[in-house]
Amino acid sequence: MIFKRKDVLGLEELSAQEINLILDTAEPMKDIMTRDIKKVPTLRGRSVITLFYEPSTRTRTSFELAAKYLGADTSSISVATSSVKKGESLRDTARTLEAMAADVIIIRHSAAGAPHQLSRWVSACVINGGDGAHEHPTQALLDMFTIREKKGGLQGLKVAILGDISHSRVALSNIWGLTKMGAEVRVVGPATLMPPEIERLGVKVYYNWEEGLEGADVINVLRIQLERQKKGLFPSIREYTRLYGLDQQKLQVAAPDVLVLHPGPVNRGIEISPDVQDGPHAVINEQVTNGVAVRMALLYLLMGRGEENEISA
Amino acid sequence: MKYLLKGGLMVDPLSNTVKKLDLLWEGAKITEIGEQLDAPEAKELLLDGCYIFPGFVDMHCHLREPGEELKETILTGTRAAAKGGFTAVACMGNTKPPADNSAVISLIKEKASQASFPVYPIGCATKGRTGGEPSEIGELVDAGAVALSDDGSSIMNSEVLRRVMEYAKMFDIPVISHCEDIFLSDEGVMNEGFNSTLLGLKGIPTAAEDVQVARDLVLAELTGAPLHIAHVSSAGSVAIIREAKQRGIRVTAEVTPHHLCLTDEAVRDFDTNTKVKPPLCSKEDQDALYAGLRDGTIDVIATDHAPHRRDEKEVEYNLAPFGISGLETAIPLVWKHLMEKKVLSPVELAQKMACNPAHILGLPDRVLQVGAEANLTVVNPHLQQPVKVDEFVSLGKNSPFDGWELRGWPVLTVASGEIKFYREL
Repeated sequence: MIFKRKDVLGLEELSAQEINLILDTAEPMKDIMTRDIKKVPTLRGRSVITLFYEPSTRTRTSFELAAKYLGADTSSISVATSSVKKGESLRDTARTLEAMAADVIIIRHSAAGAPHQLSRWVSACVINGGDGAHEHPTQALLDMFTIREKKGGLQGLKVAILGDISHSRVALSNIWGLTKMGAEVRVVGPATLMPPEIERLGVKVYYNWEEGLEGADVINVLRIQLERQKKGLFPSIREYTRLYGLDQQKLQVAAPDVLVLHPGPVNRGIEISPDVQDGPHAVINEQVTNGVAVRMALLYLLMGRGEENEISA
Repeated sequence: MKYLLKGGLMVDPLSNTVKKLDLLWEGAKITEIGEQLDAPEAKELLLDGCYIFPGFVDMHCHLREPGEELKETILTGTRAAAKGGFTAVACMGNTKPPADNSAVISLIKEKASQASFPVYPIGCATKGRTGGEPSEIGELVDAGAVALSDDGSSIMNSEVLRRVMEYAKMFDIPVISHCEDIFLSDEGVMNEGFNSTLLGLKGIPTAAEDVQVARDLVLAELTGAPLHIAHVSSAGSVAIIREAKQRGIRVTAEVTPHHLCLTDEAVRDFDTNTKVKPPLCSKEDQDALYAGLRDGTIDVIATDHAPHRRDEKEVEYNLAPFGISGLETAIPLVWKHLMEKKVLSPVELAQKMACNPAHILGLPDRVLQVGAEANLTVVNPHLQQPVKVDEFVSLGKNSPFDGWELRGWPVLTVASGEIKFYREL
């Protein structure tokens, strides 16, 4: 199969075949990461720019390491969100990056759609590293890679996404990806954090954790942004934790071999209790490892687009 | 100077007819209407197959002057109006400084006179458009304001709006309401619904409009003041207004061409030119707007022309300003969606775009009769061409319709006997 895209902006537009190709490609990439010399020359001479309008440690580092393991040159640009209104416009930044002849631009932005706009203005490949409450495709890909690795597949699995669904790009990308791969997806959270008509994406909506987590093979716990409480979207952190924080008691209703995922960083003791976070069901650290592998796969496929992908890393 | 229009189809709301008739005017007045007129001394304009309407009035536009002349000026905005087939416009008072005093109203009238185009200023309902205290309405009316509005903002304090309405009633001018509960709309940037969920953009529920329309109608009933609801965009508002009209409340309402032509599907590729307030609505809401136009619940089609600089729109979706540059696309859009689909008859269109807005604002009647002012909008239903924002006369190139192939463009605009725009067949 040939990966022909210029950009990866979201899982909405990717087919199940493309998702499978990315996940298959990530497997040998993960092997490279376990070698002593973690470097192959595949992307030598290529330039990768990370353009981050939001603070991020793991996503940015993950992309940079992925690019470096494949031999690409990386540079990073940070723009404080607070300066977006006063500073250079996205359009002007795009002109600048275009003039620098980057091959790949990875953008993270607090504004939904910023990667889509950027992709229209530059000839470089654009990868969405998370845009507002819209999509975070590489996170969903690494989540699916992790689940697939542990469970042997995605088809028919009961996956519960727990928490603030309406402000979560992780949730939306996971919903797109998992439903395409044949998983049975549920979203669990308070009504005030549930986006309108989400069930039209083929997911089941639960406000009650006992019903939502019943028999779940996978629980993907979302980070709760504490400032949502000030907006009145839930009454208190305490109440949120009581109703939706994943602890041992809530875990009991899930399948015995349930996997617990979290995109990080974790608010310890709020959306997930410390014993579950550090317990045997959690695969949070493996998600981080797999994140690098999946991003290597994506860079590899985008740079080699139009060619048959024989993976010989 | 005498002009003779030959071969056009005259749309006459008074007799409710569309007839092939010639029309002669001299100076500012229509002097003769009849079949096969001959006037050797007049300049003849051949309009075979074109519709001659009473002059269209856009009762809702933003000309941006004074204060934001990089977005638009009164000169460029009125030229855009003329090219778009409008013979008069009423401009909203959210200028910088706002039109809450006679000096700004006078300046607008002066600039309009220099631009040689009829502009009717709308004064701010409250001082500084803050919704706090009523502005000096008596002085605004003396200076030439034809209506009152804080358009762009809602007057959230019901007591303030009540006093504005009571006071405006003394001068018999309408209060035009921008209906938006700002706590419900919050920082929303598009219609709340399935598409906002898919795009991860913060939604504005239609309830933000509906609750305010309902409240304003309650106050209109209390005060007996004439109320005009700007840019209606939801099924809920249409139903509430319909019911209020049935009960005899003095209310009129308008809809914009963009709400009739686009739904929130159009936001799907994050084109900031689709960002507008109220936001582009769902298909169900849009269906209700059509029903409201047909049954008379909605009286007027107005552009809400809101020009912005190109660079202001070339930003992230949630940072872009709200608004669509609409003067130069209104008629062909309406032609495609209302005329060609036979939603409205030509006479009904004349009512929505000429007679009703003129009547609501107290402007000279829009009629095609001997002795009446020659205010004419002529549309060529066969002229087909793409929308090209780069060729807009307006400084605002912010249109989501760029590239749309449309038929039914204005070819002649006459205001008080003066030709403001003419494109030969």
